[in-house]
Amino acid sequence: MPENHGPYLIRGARPLGGDPVDLLFEDGTITAIGADLPAAQGTRIVAADGLIALPGLVDLHTHLREPGREDAETVASGSRAAAMGGYTAVHAMANTDPVADTAGVVEQVWRLGNEAGYCDVRPVGAVTVGLAGERLSEIGAMADSAAKVRVFSDDGVCVSDALLMRRALEYVKAFDGVIAQHAQEPRLTEGAQMNEGRVSDRLGLPGWPAVAEEAIIARDCLLAQHVGSRLHVCHVSTKGSVDIIRWAKERGCDVTAEVTPHHLILTDDLVESYDPVYKVNPPLRTAEDVQALREGLADGTIDIVATDHAPHPVEAKETEWSTAAMGMIGLETALGVVHKTMVETGLLTWEQVTDRMSAAPARIGRVDGHGRDLAVGEPANIVLYDPAAPVEVDGAAMVGKSGNTPFRGMTLPGRIIATFLRGVPTVLEGKIK
Amino acid sequence: MRHLLSTGDLSRDEATLILDTATELAQVGDRSVKKLPTLRGRTVVNLFYEDSTRTRTSFELAAKRLSADVINFSAKGSSVSKGESLKDTALTLQAMGADGVVIRHSASGAPHRLAGWVDGSVLNAGDGTHEHPTQALLDAFTMRSRLGRLEGLRVAVVGDILHSRVARSNVLLLTTLGAQVTLVAPPTLLPVSVYTWPCEVSYDLDEVLPKADVVMMLRVQAERMRDSFFPSVREYSRNYGLDGERLGRMPADAIVMHPGPMVRGMEISAEVADSPRCTVTEQVANGVSLRMAVLYLLLGGS
Repeated sequence: MPENHGPYLIRGARPLGGDPVDLLFEDGTITAIGADLPAAQGTRIVAADGLIALPGLVDLHTHLREPGREDAETVASGSRAAAMGGYTAVHAMANTDPVADTAGVVEQVWRLGNEAGYCDVRPVGAVTVGLAGERLSEIGAMADSAAKVRVFSDDGVCVSDALLMRRALEYVKAFDGVIAQHAQEPRLTEGAQMNEGRVSDRLGLPGWPAVAEEAIIARDCLLAQHVGSRLHVCHVSTKGSVDIIRWAKERGCDVTAEVTPHHLILTDDLVESYDPVYKVNPPLRTAEDVQALREGLADGTIDIVATDHAPHPVEAKETEWSTAAMGMIGLETALGVVHKTMVETGLLTWEQVTDRMSAAPARIGRVDGHGRDLAVGEPANIVLYDPAAPVEVDGAAMVGKSGNTPFRGMTLPGRIIATFLRGVPTVLEGKIK
Repeated sequence: MRHLLSTGDLSRDEATLILDTATELAQVGDRSVKKLPTLRGRTVVNLFYEDSTRTRTSFELAAKRLSADVINFSAKGSSVSKGESLKDTALTLQAMGADGVVIRHSASGAPHRLAGWVDGSVLNAGDGTHEHPTQALLDAFTMRSRLGRLEGLRVAVVGDILHSRVARSNVLLLTTLGAQVTLVAPPTLLPVSVYTWPCEVSYDLDEVLPKADVVMMLRVQAERMRDSFFPSVREYSRNYGLDGERLGRMPADAIVMHPGPMVRGMEISAEVADSPRCTVTEQVANGVSLRMAVLYLLLGGS
């Protein structure tokens, strides 16, 4: 667990990319912001000239794999990866073994997160028992537990039964929860291996058509509006989905949506290598989809960036494409990818990046103490990012347990220099504590 | 050429060289001693994850006629059935000094993965629903032998295009060699993006037949009916099966091809299958020469 070393004074950082100031924090709270702040005895100084200061990032979609697949990731190793990526809070998805469908499992994950101390780990509860899509899990008990679960998802599996989805949406209203749907019509995607289109047809891999995502999103938006509940759409991957969500928001549906960093930059032609490092669910789509996702994130149709960080051991990817596991890691590269795809292209300002990666995800997940402004009196959850320090991504250099990054060999424009969780450095001088 | 993974990787010159080499090597099959010393001391492994006596035997015979040492490694009863990964199998073959690996696998792209793990040449002998390059090459060889040319030849490929590795390899290769391909199938058995392929598409076999120099029938598995790709075997056969009457509507010198195994009564009637215009057994014989050519060109150089 990282240790506190008393007050920190960050000199010359640019909050949200603005003009340089000093930030002083002590006992987990920001105590002063201004030019040339005096440093009291015992204060540690962090020189931050040229660095951008953002509130700690919040991930609404992380797979920490514990309990069950500790060979791929643990709550501790995943939290360290999160800190390395600038995150101070992550939501641990429910598809563990056993599934996080009881108060016992979510409390275990929550406790492991606290013990690790690198970021706040907010467990996501399963919507249905064992993710089987048959009956509701004890959603209320998970909400009332010490883990205070507010986000419920069968991620990895779609709650495809329309009636069960309706009930889940209604039920979580009692405690201001949200259903995060993995939108995938199961019959249309039986055996699906990649985006259905030119590339899948040429490669002879069974296709995962865009309509299988879009049809579920359209249905769920209508359901959510009908029962007056909150819907969150996980990892939106197609142009059509962006259009449907835009339409749903215009007609007053309380829907939010996320996009992953990989869907903002990678396309399905990478599958031509048959290298399963590019195998993910939902699959990589076309350049047209990537462009629509970027525009959707820019105009607010898509509310947030969420990593869908999905670690897998080497042997799960060193196979034929069709037997390989789905998923890619993303915590440590997310901000760099967003910088490259959204900021360098002029689509988002750093202020908007803060909204998409910190404030909005904290709001959707009802996470207290995160996603707040960098202001006096607020919790000292802070990231320092060097926007002018290009790095080549290397899977072997990851802090997390697994190296299945699809960005390997790619140069990202910047890197995380420091992360503070309530004033405690979890990353300092670009290294995990 | 180091590997043969896809016919899409072949230039027109390379494809023509393979066909010309096969023509030369075919003469070996006519001699009383059917053997050349070309690949003496070289090791070829037949790595078959799917049962295919026809293709495996063809490769085995081709390698033996070139005097290579041949090892048959089938998935059943080997370490593979005990859960060994493709990578570990590849490293094992590598350690044994395989110069060439002929792989048949149910997973599309398995030969691509294998090529990344071994130093030797990898020959794709059929991978999932992706490609079957030597089948397309032997088909082109057969067309050229029978009809004397490939340029401008009108080839109709009929049947389950969606699930066919033979169709994919043939579309790419025949286009490279200057033939005009028309795919004929019910819409359910065509890929969604087929309109982007370098070929024509038709849902109407009867319209295509009179304009075809070659009609290549593909096997249609009855289980596709259970997955609602078509309503019944009879309806499929009525619309897309090749019978004597339809054969009569083809140009007089047009030929009927089939990669085998045929399902008589489904996509092809017994009358057509046994007709002298049907080249099925010729294709099998040509397969050996063609595979000799590929092995020779991939392994014979160094």
